[in-house]
Amino acid sequence: MKEEGKHGKANKFGMVIDLDKCTGCGSCMVACMSENNVSFKEDESDKRLSITWMKVYRITNGKKFPDAEECFLPRPCMHCEGEHSGHSPCVSVCPATATDYSTQTGIVSQIYTRCFGCRYCMAACPYHARHFNWWDPVWPEGMEKFLSPNVSPRMRGVVEKCSFCFHRYQLAKDKAYMDGRREIREEEYQTACTQACPAGAITFGDLNNKNHKVYKLVKPDNKHHGKPRNPHAFRLLERLKTNPKVYYLSSRDWVRAAGDNYTVEEKRKGITSGSGSGH
Amino acid sequence: MTTSDDATKNGSEESADQAEAIEAVENVEGTAAETTPETEEKKETAKCTGGGLIIFTFIAGLVISLIVGWIIFPKLLYSKKDQPINFNHKLHLEEVDNSCESCHFFREDGTYAGVPTLAQCIDCHEEVEGDSPDEERFVNEYVAKNKEVPWLIYSRQPDCVFFSHAAHVKGAGMDCQTCHGEIGESESLKPYEENRVTGYSRDIWGKNISGITTHTWESMKMDDCAKCHAEAKVEASSVQTKKDACFVCHK
Ligand code: HEC
Ligand code: HEC
Ligand code: HEC
Ligand code: HEC
Ligand code: HEC
Repeated sequence: MKEEGKHGKANKFGMVIDLDKCTGCGSCMVACMSENNVSFKEDESDKRLSITWMKVYRITNGKKFPDAEECFLPRPCMHCEGEHSGHSPCVSVCPATATDYSTQTGIVSQIYTRCFGCRYCMAACPYHARHFNWWDPVWPEGMEKFLSPNVSPRMRGVVEKCSFCFHRYQLAKDKAYMDGRREIREEEYQTACTQACPAGAITFGDLNNKNHKVYKLVKPDNKHHGKPRNPHAFRLLERLKTNPKVYYLSSRDWVRAAGDNYTVEEKRKGITSGSGSGH
Repeated sequence: MTTSDDATKNGSEESADQAEAIEAVENVEGTAAETTPETEEKKETAKCTGGGLIIFTFIAGLVISLIVGWIIFPKLLYSKKDQPINFNHKLHLEEVDNSCESCHFFREDGTYAGVPTLAQCIDCHEEVEGDSPDEERFVNEYVAKNKEVPWLIYSRQPDCVFFSHAAHVKGAGMDCQTCHGEIGESESLKPYEENRVTGYSRDIWGKNISGITTHTWESMKMDDCAKCHAEAKVEASSVQTKKDACFVCHK
């Protein structure tokens, strides 16, 4: 990430999701599906087959009333950077070069026309962020007219996932070129879920840019694989060293602890998120 | 196991057959044989024409497949369609005030308007002005009915490709010719050729079936974009290819 080319410093786009604010309303999921031309399945309640780039999970502390607590956890693609640039679980296993990591944006791409559906990446992804198209997409009569031309629809037999609304970056770039700029401003590139969240729980921006909100929220230690310096911030499965670019904020200990799969022993000793063995 | 056994058995049977056949040929030749130098010679020529026939058949087959592969197949692969209206760029460039921008312009948000809509024509073509049959058809069939002309776009890329005119024209200051050739100065539109298998325009692969080009606009394949990008030093941001990342030109 040291190279500095035509387009200035490399960006590292990332997301911060404040779980204290998330109400689990699902607006982000809906916004994501309509923004990215995700089609409907015959049985949307079958979660093994449905496709949700952004998915809200419900987690609980497992206690009985009156101590019972729950928390909603939206999960987009984590756009893992891995231990070294681009050593994401999915990118490193793809035999077709269909998924790629850009050092310029930090975004993990998926090129559907290149993918032949072996699904290694799905097996490799510890976040279940990738989905397989078992069928060609079908939209209710007339709805195909409302598809976004900026996102190419997928066909049967390929894997798809969240792209951090990369097409919005492309459009923002176009606008910037128009104004004679190369850099885009923070507000010019925001994902659909960020803008749809009524609680303002999702923040999006460049983790390399100290002026961006995401940076201020988690204070990532970019020299040490982006480890958050904010004690309330954590990443999912930090200990796998996937180095994700999606951070979560929570003031509740049990929520932060749920972010990784600690053993009972570790939990007893109080080894939870933030103090794990990562970097 | 049985299969491989069978195979070897078959193989040895075959070679035995062949050996017999060869003997037979020699016998046939042998019947006429009084070992004079003359017949020796005859034997030689007979063998020669046998070999020659094989070589001839091989070459003929090769030539036929080359012709089929390089000439007939490409002809069959593309279907030709005429544009709905034959548009004359040269004539119009003298009429408009703002050159190409009058019809092909950037919107404020940086997207490119591409081929013009009726709105760009209507000021001058509300009624038939001249006596060209093309203009008459254009006015009667499209302008009068307020119907957009279904132009066939030579440079249309597959759906998964993102192309930015802003980056190239505004950012890199390239001219239209670099990628589109002489269309802007042409007096008539060439037929549109569609690949019957993929449905893509022939201008993507280019006329030359082996992919050799002398001008940048003759083809616009992924490799052509990538070649120029490498030369122009557009970020080599892909971890996979060490060229620019897939998510530069794809969406
Ligand atoms: C009066 C309007 C007008 C002006 C001015 C004009 N064009 Fe066009 N142009 C058109 C129309 C209509 C088409 C649609 C025909 C087609 O699909 O090829 C077109 C098509 C094209 C195409 C082909 C796009 C494709 O891939 O099919 C190119 C390239 C092009 N114009 C370049 C130019 C350039 C360069 C100039 C300036 C020198 C210019 N045009 C000026 C109306 C105009
Ligand atoms: C600035 C005025 C102007 C604009 C704008 C304009 N035209 Fe024309 N067009 C003309 C003139 C003038 C002629 C010549 C009429 C004649 O005498 O045949 C012409 C001729 C034509 C012809 C006949 C061409 C030929 O070879 O004889 C066609 C077809 C045509 N225009 C289509 C279009 C289309 C399609 C557009 C919109 C993209 C357009 N024009 C926009 C002025 C204009
Ligand atoms: C770097 C190469 C490049 C340059 C420079 C370029 N174009 Fe294009 N143009 C393309 C490609 C590639 C497409 C197809 C885009 C697609 O299908 O997504 C295209 C499409 C078009 C179209 C059809 C768009 C549509 O879908 O309606 C027009 C018209 C056009 N270009 C005109 C121009 C004009 C005029 C200029 C000069 C100002 C220009 N182009 C400069 C590569 C270029
Ligand atoms: C003849 C050279 C040339 C060709 C051909 C070319 N490009 Fe480019 N492209 C450039 C240059 C130079 C830039 C950098 C523009 C700048 O930032 O100054 C660029 C930039 C871009 C960008 C913007 C990159 C960014 O980071 O914003 C995209 C997208 C792009 N090209 C897509 C394509 C596609 C798709 C094709 C093929 C259909 C193509 N280009 C063909 C020269 C070319
Ligand atoms: C410089 C721009 C550029 C980059 C970078 C790029 N592509 Fe492409 N790609 C294109 C263009 C333009 C086409 C369409 C023309 C063609 O088929 O050659 C295309 C076509 C394709 C196709 C065939 C699509 C179809 O419908 O026929 C696949 C698959 C593909 N690209 C995969 C990739 C992958 C994987 C990467 C990253 C390793 C990548 N591309 C990077 C420009 C690019």
